[in-house]
This record gives sequence, structure tokens and C-alpha cells, in this order.
Amino acid sequence: MNARDEILSRIRTATGPSPVIRPVPRDYAVAGAHAPGAPELLDLLAERLRDYRATVHRCTPGDLDATLAEVTRGWRVAVPDSSAITVPGAVADRPALSHADLDGVDAVLTGCAAACADTGTIALDGGADQGRRALTLVPDRHVCVIHADQVVQTVPELLRRLDPRRPLTFISGPSATSDIELDRVEGVHGPRTLIAVVVGPAGTTGNNVHREQG
Amino acid sequence: MRVALFATCLADAMFPQAAQATVTLLERLGHDVVFPDAQTCCGQMHINTGYRRQARNLVRHHTDVFEPYDAIVAPSGSCVGSVRHQHAVIARGVGDERLADRAAQLATRTWELSEFLIDVLGVEDVGAYFPHRVTYHPTCHSLRMLRVGDKPLRLLRAVRGIDLVELPAADQCCGFGGTFALKNAGTSAAMLADKMGHVLATDAEVVTAGDASCLMHIGGGLSRLESAVRPLHLAEVLAATDGSRP
Amino acid sequence: MTTFLGMPHAPRGVGQLRGDEPFPAAADKALADRQLRRNLGHATATIRDKRARAVAEVADWEQLRLAGEAIKAATMARLGEHLIELEAAVTARGGHVHWARDAVEANRIVTDLVRATGATEVVKVKSMATQEIGLNEALESAGITAVETDLAELIVQLGHDKPSHILVPAIHRNRTEIRDIFLRHMPGVDPDLTDDPRRLAMAARAHLRAKFLTARVAISGANFAVAETGTVTVVESEGNGRMCLTLPDTLITVMGIEKVVPAWTDLEVFLQLLPRSSTGERMNPYTSTWTGVTPGDGPQEFHLVLLDNGRTAVLADEAGRSALHCIRCSACLNVCPVYERTGGHAYGSVYPGPIGAILSPQLTGIEDNASLPYASSLCGACYDVCPVRIDIPSILVHLRGEHVDARAQRALPSPEALAMAAAAWTMAGPRRFRLGERLLRLGRLLARGGRIRRLPPPLSAWTAARDLPEPPAQTFRQWWRTRPGDGRR
Ligand code: SF4
Repeated sequence: MNARDEILSRIRTATGPSPVIRPVPRDYAVAGAHAPGAPELLDLLAERLRDYRATVHRCTPGDLDATLAEVTRGWRVAVPDSSAITVPGAVADRPALSHADLDGVDAVLTGCAAACADTGTIALDGGADQGRRALTLVPDRHVCVIHADQVVQTVPELLRRLDPRRPLTFISGPSATSDIELDRVEGVHGPRTLIAVVVGPAGTTGNNVHREQG
Repeated sequence: MRVALFATCLADAMFPQAAQATVTLLERLGHDVVFPDAQTCCGQMHINTGYRRQARNLVRHHTDVFEPYDAIVAPSGSCVGSVRHQHAVIARGVGDERLADRAAQLATRTWELSEFLIDVLGVEDVGAYFPHRVTYHPTCHSLRMLRVGDKPLRLLRAVRGIDLVELPAADQCCGFGGTFALKNAGTSAAMLADKMGHVLATDAEVVTAGDASCLMHIGGGLSRLESAVRPLHLAEVLAATDGSRP
Repeated sequence: MTTFLGMPHAPRGVGQLRGDEPFPAAADKALADRQLRRNLGHATATIRDKRARAVAEVADWEQLRLAGEAIKAATMARLGEHLIELEAAVTARGGHVHWARDAVEANRIVTDLVRATGATEVVKVKSMATQEIGLNEALESAGITAVETDLAELIVQLGHDKPSHILVPAIHRNRTEIRDIFLRHMPGVDPDLTDDPRRLAMAARAHLRAKFLTARVAISGANFAVAETGTVTVVESEGNGRMCLTLPDTLITVMGIEKVVPAWTDLEVFLQLLPRSSTGERMNPYTSTWTGVTPGDGPQEFHLVLLDNGRTAVLADEAGRSALHCIRCSACLNVCPVYERTGGHAYGSVYPGPIGAILSPQLTGIEDNASLPYASSLCGACYDVCPVRIDIPSILVHLRGEHVDARAQRALPSPEALAMAAAAWTMAGPRRFRLGERLLRLGRLLARGGRIRRLPPPLSAWTAARDLPEPPAQTFRQWWRTRPGDGRR
């Protein structure tokens, strides 16, 4: 018998001919208290991102270009090859930049697929404004634009917005390690700096119309 | 109410004061205590050490002895834990479904002392007077098998004259674990050392708990250290009224 | 006894599931190491507090635990179907699926796959499965260098040490020891390196950066694999996982067959349970998921190795099979009073702590890890924190029973078995019990000043650190008979 058939036959023997399958109770919270994009969620997302040492800027759609230009001033910035989110002088990933090229830029600028406020998580799915995974991994800074309507509250809401057949990356703050005495140190192999730009309609940014550091 | 006392083999043979205090306390509260004389041991040591066949006989004997009673009370979280969470499993494991059902029924009428006082009798103030500095160790099986929560503490807080001090890292195991203390004596002693350190840090005169077994362990360690801290079963504190030194 | 015909355990002589000595002997060595005790005490206390805070934030934590437990149980009940579905989905998306009956077969498959690429060095993401099967050693004997890229794993590898924790394999090392390991074994390290954790992390970054950017083959484990979509998941913090999963041309993932989950929506449960239980974070910094091969993005060659290595033997034992539900969060290690004092090496297996005490003996067969089910005081702290509600204390007790039964079939009764039989005989009825109590009172002869300070073996283990009280002059039942009217009740 080949390995596959043998393992499958062992499993059949182990579980017996008619194993009992009990239904899965799914009475955990799926939707949060706030609708996607609610001002409370943008505040919560900003707070949770900062808690894990990301830098957060808040702006309105009208201010986005100016905010991005300000944030990336003086940097060599890489962007996906057909991204709507860009800054003047950015290097497009076309033809694909080599690993060494990516290692040489100061920052990468992308959008995202969705974000989860409860956990301060940004999800990338390789969409046009995010590009392939290496692009958001090798550069030392990641500037990520999050639009209000992309922000949900809970993890279930986040996962249900995503297509698992696409390569997904969930990012909650800059890379970190707790391997030395369980103390958290931010910035290891992934980007050491995560800069989130949260774009909300006028009003939702409250006192944060002007950029703030987290 | 007529209450059948399940004294537990350890209290019967080694710590009769704990079982006597349980009788004193329940009678003071106006209840009729009986002691089914045929009782021996719930079999917990056999179960937890892997001797299932012998344990089954003890489970059957325990069930035979206590089945006629409506309320069974023991001054032990771990023995009640065994009755409630292990007896039916052991019976079923050896294919004795009838015994499993009987044991499961009996489990619903078997109570640890603090549960019985608060949940069944509905009393918190049992009329005790104990003017001493006391710290309480919540034993693992009371805490995590029976989930007695803060019931023992509520009973202790209502004791007149008591100076109740919180035990640091109270929910950590004292290292007893039945035959664990023999099979893994070094690890057990290391756990005990930390538990005693916390007890001594409270400056208490008395360390109390709902299990004679854990108290035997903690008390045995304190005795070896020549410490003056006295181990005293929860029932003994709750039974006290005359204010004498423990 | 649950050695079912045709249900082999993990083979001997390969991998890391068995220790060189029984737990109590190994534990005594660890207990004597004061530095180790301090390191472990500090680290476990830190992580316990973090976990408690992260869990307290979640209002529906118990519902999530119940869902997690039920998903795992339902998955095991139809494990074969889910694996077949997973295989089809991965294959449809351009991946290759391999099946490995045991460690030897898995090591051979992976070695052949690496050889076929021509690479002599591979980068690795921390993975329990590859440690379990001893993959690094197998690759090394084939002339292939495996570079561990997780910081703690790197510390262990550079220090020629063994992992001692599921999540933080170098938990037994403090910052100063880590600095010394780096100074001694990390090529090109800054000789002025301090023991500041940030500086240490930066040293690891510098050391591994070039390897990541040039690696052609990566090897990973998997936290979850979704049967319906073929999506494989790795949960991590440092970004070394992303580096390995993204930059090389070839990715080989070794995964225990129990890691499959039926549906994508099941991850919404586990991605909440795992990070909070594990590192005590709301979410770990990085989670990567991939489905087969994505043109133009990431490795263009993907192999998934499905590993049995004793898992079907665990599955066959109804009372013990929920050990397969483990999502390797390590919460049970961090709260375990035994683990906290002995550390992970004493368990002899890559799976230490409470989960190791139930999983290792089931994977190897009880006789190869007979001391592990007893390495617990049954305090129950593990069950309380387990995010998938594995009733570890009950499985420990079950395995003790399996061990006693197996021994009874093979050997003359041990002194313990005789003592247990005698005790059970004594307790079988009240007359015998009274006799036993009278014998016990002979203990009064051993007492001095109300206590017993020394007893012969095996009870000398007790009196090594504790006294016993003098048996009372009167048992409870004797006292009871002295009460007016109570004698005959
Ligand atoms: S047994 Fe439970 S608590 Fe322990 S590592 Fe596995 S999932 Fe975590």
C-alpha cells in the first residue's frame, strides 16, 4: 500500500465506521457593535495600531496626497506596478524589482484589502494597490493607506471580507519578537516601521486633521 | 435537614478534628448529621495513580454506602471532585454502565462543605468566632474541579474576630497531587517551598484550606521548617466559637 | 490497552520525542539549576500576566473556546475526508502533496525535494513538526544546511542546545546567556554586542538578512490548512516567516495531519484564540496564508508533506485523541507549576509541559514515555487556559491507567501495584478499613513530639522535605461511637 492509502486506512480504522459528529456552536460574536467605517472604529483601529508601535496618521480624502507627500518626504519610495496610491517620484514595481532593489528603497507605499479595529490588523491580498508580497516585506518601512470603508470591527468580519484563494498577509504592527525573556521588541526581519494612514471623511478625524505621531 | 457525612478516609484516620468540626458546625446550624459507618474511601488515589480496576470496586462500595441519602457532605474538595467528575467515568471505562448511572446520580447529591453551606443551606455567617490571623489556600480541586470560587472566603469573611489576609499567588498548586508527591518528590518539594514562602509572607498564625490532604502537605513542610504557623481545616475555623488559640 | 493493530507509533531512533532518562531524574537536575529556575520563573510569570490581560478583553472568549473545541472534534471525526479535500484543493492550485507515514519517510521526502533543487542550504521557519521528526539532522547527513530563522530557534541552533518551549524554544536562556551565545557562535557579530534585547534582535536581523535575500528553498510548518480552499497558514511575529514563505523559489511545508480545518470560516475562531493564548497579543504581528502557487508572487514551487508519525495511533484512542486538537499555543506550559520549575528539557520531547505529557506518550506508545503522565500534580491549571478546552488532567489520568494495565500484562506486580492492591483490599469494606486504621496507629510509635520526621522508602520521598503528623489516638469513627446514641447509625 502506498503512504497515502495506508494513512487514510489507518484513519478509517481509528475513527471507526460511523464517528459521531456534533454540531459546532457558533454563538461567538461575528459582527461588532459598530458598522464598517464608523468613526468609533477608526479611532479604535488607530489606538490599537499605536499600541503595537505602529505610527498612525489620520486625514481626509482631500488631504491624502499632501499627507503622503509629507510622510514620505526625502525617501525613495517603491509602489506596486499599477497602484492608484502613489507619490511623485515613486519607483513602480515594473519590471519586478529585485530583492536587492527592494532592500535599497527607503519605504514601500500601498493600500490594503481590509482592516480590523479590535485587533489593529491590516490585511493585504495582493490587490492592485498592494502588489506582490515581497514588495511589502523587504523594504524597511511600510506606509499603508486604509480607507474608512475598509475598516471592520471583528476578526470574523475581516476574514469574511477576504478571498482565501489570494495570498493574504495580516499585519498587526511592525515586526516584533518576544523571544528574549518574553519582553517584546519591535522591529526584526519584517519592516521595522509601519506607518498607517487612516483616511476618514471630514469630521471623523476630529482633532486629528493634522498629522500626529503615535 | 438530614445530612450524611462522608468523612473521607484521610480525615477519618489522620485528621479526625476536620470531620468532627464538620459535625459540630452542621449540628450548630440545626441539621441532623449521620455517619454511614460502612464508608471507606472514594478511590481517588487509585484512580489518579492508574489503578482503575481496584478503583471500580471502591466506586461501587462508595455508591452502595451513600445511595440511600439525599444530601452527602464531605470536608474535601478533591474527594467530592472525584465523586462528581471521575466515578462515572471509571465505571463506564470498565463497561459498567449501570454503576456509571448510579454514580452520576449520587454525584448530584454530594457536596463539598463550603458549597453545601452557601448553595444548599444559603448561609454565609455560620456564627463562628475566631480571633486569629488566617490565610486561605484554595486547593486546586476546589478551585478548578468544583469551581467553588470565593465561597470559602465568603464564609471566612463572616467569621467574627478573624483577621483574614490574602495569600499571594493563592491559586498555585502546593505540590501535593497525591502520589505525585512521592513519584516526583523533588518537583513537589519545589512547589511546596514556594507555597510556604507565600504563607510565611502573610504573617498568618493559621493557614486554612478545604482539603486535609493539601493541609497535610503544607503543614508537613511548615513543621519541618519549625514554623509556628498552624494548618487548620476550614471546617475547624468555621466550627470555632470559644476564641481559644488553635 | 490501545495498541491497535496496524496503528504504528512514531518510530524509535529518529526525531525528538523520547528523553534519555525518566522525568523525575531529569527534573531533579533542572531543579538544581538556580539560573534556569530564575529564567523560567521570570519568563512564565511575564507571559501568564500578558495572556490573562489579552483574554480578559474578549467578551465571548468561552464561546470561542467551545467553538474551537467543537471544530477540532468534528474535524477529527472526518479526518480522512478533510485531508483528501485539502489534497485536491492544493493540487488544483499548482501545489504538490506528499504523504509520510512516519518521521523516516517525511525526512526522505523533504531531503529528496531539496536535492532536486540543487540547493545545499535551506532557510527554515520555526516548526514543531520538523523538530519532532529530526529534519535538520536528516538534512545535515545529506549535506544540506538548515538555517533556523526564528530568533529563539536560532539561539538554540547556535548554542547547540535543545528547544525547551513550544513558542519560545530558548525560554531557558536569559539575555546575558543569549549575548554570550551570539558572541561565541554568530559569524561576523559585533564584538561590542550588549545584552539589550533590541541589540540582540538587530544582530539576528543582520546575520539572517543576506540568507533571506538569496535563499532558494524554504521549509516551514503550518498552523492550519483549510480543506475546502487548500489554504495553508503560518502565524508568526518576526517576519522571518514571511521572508521564508515569500522570497525563495521553492517552499516545502511539513504539516501534521491533525492541522487541517474544514473551512475558511473556522480560522475566524482560531485566529482569535491562538495569539491571545500564545504571546498574549490581540493579534500576532504577521499571519501569512497561501493557496498553492500564485503566479508572479512568492514561491513558484510548493510542496505540502502530510505527516502521520503516530498521530493515527492517538486518534484511535477515544479517551486520549483530543490531544490532537492542540493548536500549540503553549498557554498550558506557561501556567503549569511543574513546567515552571523543571523547564522543557526534562520532558525529553520537543513537546514539553502538560500537552507534551499527554501527546508524547501517545505518539511513541506509553512504554517509551512512561514517566510523563505522572509529571503532573493534576492541579488543572492547563485545562483552564487551553483555548480548545483539552481536558489534559483527565487524559493524564487515563494514560496512567493505560500504563498500569500495560505493565500488569507484562511484568510481575511492582511494589507500587502491591501497595495499591493492599490499600484497595483494606478499603473494600468497613471491617477491613478499621483494621487498617488500627495498623496506621502503629505509626504513633514512629512519632516524636507529635510528628514523624523519617520514614522508610518509598515514603522517605515524603519525609525528605516534609513531616507527617502523628496519627491521632482516636479515629473519627471511634470518636463517633463515643457520642450518645450515635454508635449504631
Ligand atoms: S494543549 Fe491547549 S493550551 Fe496547551 S499548547 Fe495545546 S492548545 Fe495550547
